[in-house]
Amino acid sequence: MNLLQQIEAEEAKKLLGDRKIPAFQPGDTLRVNVRIKEGERERVQAFEGVCIARDSAGISETFTVRKISFGEGVERVFPILSPSIESIEVKRRGVVRRAKLYYLRDRRGKSARIAERQMTSGKGAATAAEAEGSEG
Amino acid sequence: MRTGVIAKKIGMTRFFAEDGAHVPVTVLALDGCQVVGQRTQDKDGYVALQLGAGAKKAKNTSQAMRGHFAKALVEPKRIISEFRVSEANLIDVGAEFTADHFVAGQKVDIQGISIGKGFAGGMKRWNFGGLRATHGVSVSHRSLGSTGNRQDPGRTFPGKKMAGHLGAETVTTLNLTIVRIDVERGLIMVKGAVPGAEGSYVKIRDAVKKAAPADLPTPGAFKKAGEAAPAKAEEAPAEEQVIETPVEAVEAAPAPEAEAPAAEAAAPEASSEGEEQ
Repeated sequence: MNLLQQIEAEEAKKLLGDRKIPAFQPGDTLRVNVRIKEGERERVQAFEGVCIARDSAGISETFTVRKISFGEGVERVFPILSPSIESIEVKRRGVVRRAKLYYLRDRRGKSARIAERQMTSGKGAATAAEAEGSEG
Repeated sequence: MRTGVIAKKIGMTRFFAEDGAHVPVTVLALDGCQVVGQRTQDKDGYVALQLGAGAKKAKNTSQAMRGHFAKALVEPKRIISEFRVSEANLIDVGAEFTADHFVAGQKVDIQGISIGKGFAGGMKRWNFGGLRATHGVSVSHRSLGSTGNRQDPGRTFPGKKMAGHLGAETVTTLNLTIVRIDVERGLIMVKGAVPGAEGSYVKIRDAVKKAAPADLPTPGAFKKAGEAAPAKAEEAPAEEQVIETPVEAVEAAPAPEAEAPAAEAAAPEASSEGEEQ
């Protein structure tokens, strides 16, 4: 590790604190709780949608979440280490065959669906089942 | 006027501010930045400090420079530069700067040699617009266009912006903010970009066009020649011991060359001993 990577790793550790980032990948449906400052008051707003990309690595890593809001596609890019992210919840895991799901931008409705990934074993299966339970 | 320092550009990264905003930072490392010489009013007609930074093999250092470094009791430096200071801010030769020479939040000016770009055309070098992509333009889409008038004046004025060598020149960026200081590793982190390639050496000084904060250390933050950090002492035990206990130093590194003036500066340890005796 060179000096720059060392500095970035330390900074990332400091930023994260005791916050945990769940394992997720493109195709998963996420609920991102974002801290929003309105004057003096601070509140948490959720942004829920499909993760369509994870970009870059290390301290600059970002992920893109896409949702359809009032019939209009909305995408938001979050730095994964940003202090304004309060938490990330994985709502549903999806089966996709590529890392960047930009093809979803040209699709609507039925064709924009993503099949659910069935977790057969391990810790992931439990969380997936839990997420499904809360949805239903 | 306080002295600046010479630092090595490590590279750029980003930090997050409290509110989640990105702060682009350039990481600069103090690479053994030491005072190598002093320029005084009596002797030189001006007051300045000569600083050196970086390590250089003794065998790649000229005989003349070896003598110069030996006299200052410092190891050969890769880069040497002078900083004008006021008389009160002169620092003893051999002092090694620490990163807390600057404080976080302070404004600094940073001077470096920009990345060389070779022979560049008018569009890249001067942001010219070039010619049109279509409408009959052939071959010369990126040309300069006209360089002057007609028979009167009948010449191109001197200083006309044209194609030529771009980059590899001394550039000073003013009023950069210090974001963070890491004394342990000798790192100075500055907001924004700094001229020069990664691995190149830059000069950092207090901003000349902004008032300096009151809590700046004067004449500077440094370790005196004798009291180097333990890690440094391990690297060059002979040199450190010479200053404190000359007898031990001779025992630690018995170098017969120290007697011979020709080989005096063959190794940094030997050279410093030679000076001591």
